[in-house]
Amino acid sequence: MKNSSRSLVSVAALALAAGGAVVLTEQPPDDARSPQRSQVDLIIGDRIGSQPRFAVPDCLASDGEPELITAGRILAQVLWDDLDFEREFRMLPRDTYSTVPPARSLTDLPFQAWQELGADGVVSCALTSLADGRISVRARLFNTRSLESAFGVEYSGTLRNVRVYAHELSDEIHRQQRGLEGVARSRITFVSDRDSESVLGLVENRQTKEVYIADYDGANAQRVTVSRSLNVTPTWSVNGRAVAYTSWRNGPPDVFISHIYEGRLESPLGGTVDIHNWLPSYSPDGRWLAFTSNRDGNPEVYVSRTDGTDLRRLTNHPGIDTSPTWSPLGLQIAFTSNRTGSPQIYVVGVDGTGLRRITFESYCDRPTWSPAPYNEIAYASRTGPGYDIKVVDLATNEVRQLTFGLGSNESPSYAANGRHLVFSSDRTGDRQLFLIGRDGRGLRRITNDGNNEMPGWSR
Amino acid sequence: MNCSGSGRDATRSVGFGTKRGRAAAAVALAMLVGASCVRNPPPVEPEPTAPPPGAEEVARGRPDRPAPRPNPRPAAPLPPVLPEEDEFTTRSLEEINRDSPLSPVFFAYDSSELDGEAQVVLEANADVLMQFPTWVVTIEGHCDERGTPEYNLGLGERRALAVRDHLVRLGLPVSQLRTVSYGKEFPFAPGNDEASWAANRRAHFVITAQ
Repeated sequence: MKNSSRSLVSVAALALAAGGAVVLTEQPPDDARSPQRSQVDLIIGDRIGSQPRFAVPDCLASDGEPELITAGRILAQVLWDDLDFEREFRMLPRDTYSTVPPARSLTDLPFQAWQELGADGVVSCALTSLADGRISVRARLFNTRSLESAFGVEYSGTLRNVRVYAHELSDEIHRQQRGLEGVARSRITFVSDRDSESVLGLVENRQTKEVYIADYDGANAQRVTVSRSLNVTPTWSVNGRAVAYTSWRNGPPDVFISHIYEGRLESPLGGTVDIHNWLPSYSPDGRWLAFTSNRDGNPEVYVSRTDGTDLRRLTNHPGIDTSPTWSPLGLQIAFTSNRTGSPQIYVVGVDGTGLRRITFESYCDRPTWSPAPYNEIAYASRTGPGYDIKVVDLATNEVRQLTFGLGSNESPSYAANGRHLVFSSDRTGDRQLFLIGRDGRGLRRITNDGNNEMPGWSR
Repeated sequence: MNCSGSGRDATRSVGFGTKRGRAAAAVALAMLVGASCVRNPPPVEPEPTAPPPGAEEVARGRPDRPAPRPNPRPAAPLPPVLPEEDEFTTRSLEEINRDSPLSPVFFAYDSSELDGEAQVVLEANADVLMQFPTWVVTIEGHCDERGTPEYNLGLGERRALAVRDHLVRLGLPVSQLRTVSYGKEFPFAPGNDEASWAANRRAHFVITAQ
């Protein structure tokens, strides 16, 4: 369970994302220090293992202000999508609520009508304009049978990005009701040609690709790189305040780290015209980078501290060794090697010992180690003319396939809770980003603009 | 499908059909394409320079530079017919690269091995570079679209390194040679067919200093 100081940290991060101050003025009723018994009483649902049915009607808007009505609709829709995403609740479709009269206030709901519709829980929310031009967002989660408020929260901030309130609410509800760390406030970094320009240089007809960041659902996309050059393979730092990626901005490829909230850029791995570094990957404690480099005359995997010190070479083979990813405890690294003639996934200890081959297929690349508790690695595997996303369970060596030949599906990356992956696919013509559950269910497309690829999901 | 169109259409219109892309076919393709319509790299800007570190802020613009001019370029000769030496010393980098005396070499699928034909091309390129010892050449490694984008960065590097090492064995100083991998990010032929793939599995030479 979270304690209150941890909650405040997450609210600070939220304020930053919303571009305005957000203050949690009311703690959820189930403080972490309350007795276990009373928490159980507040959990909505009939029995353990069942999926309680939730409804999220539009938020009430004070004085019927049109701006707040719109914001209240967006907030409710985004919250509904966020709650639906984790599949912990059966979400009642929002277009079926017409028989239910609107709430008279945040706490005065037509509970019987919601019960008739089949809802076990209803999220009630209200938006109010504050004197200083900001808004207040109040929300309650009600049990339609006991009429108890299982959860209550209040934020204040700007109207600029109401989606962020919904994401925060969703994560709070998942945490409080299901003990689950949601990912609604997580973000995805990716590569896009949506603002493509011609590359600076001696060769014409080359188009830039730039690094972007967006909310986990694809909203609020923002450009990170502005270099008139090629930029690929972005990945989030563990604290979510920086993106590391491969850029050709100085000519040859090197690893750059953009500290996106400070406007600071660094390239700590010592790239030169002859030393090239690419495909950075952060260790789970955020203190190390694994990456590929040609510095010994051949693509090999290296590890160093994020400031470039303590460099260690991890692989030593005349073939290509590349695409490193860390195990959840940071003790092992999976990577791609073509040492047997075709690219396959291998695992080795960070001390260089215990090398073992993991995949035995025609062509595998871009391994991504799942966060705990799942002991598995996702990768792109050639299954025909293109690739599909597969997952290998490291305990059993069993391989399961998540996509099935619809377009070419590549570059998987896990959400922080291990329950979802993001990958790129050209199944719709252009290359776009999709989310999918680790069980292969719940496919969602999250990009539309240009071609989008090589995603990385924040921790 | 006309010469005023983009390089894409022109390339696609070259009917190499489904013929398995061997190096010879690819070289011939490159020549044919070059001779017909494809717009090839014409150098306009100097080497990219690094913007100041602070420039990397989210969504911060930067003034546009003039777009490169399109410029048809004749086929790369094989073996190169060398113009007079002083012709090169008086011309700019842009002009030299536009009408490059250095031919690309081509590779088999997922391979960085230099076959006989590639070695012949590299010998001719070495002869040129020995005549111009002040030139610095960047060997670009490129891949076809069938590999993954991540692995192809390594494969392109291997191709560029294989070419560099071969040129060093032929007697060129390593200081004259640079490498860069572009993986599959900058295809020369945009098609999804054998001929395009063959044309894109290459080491491409760009003269970056005179």
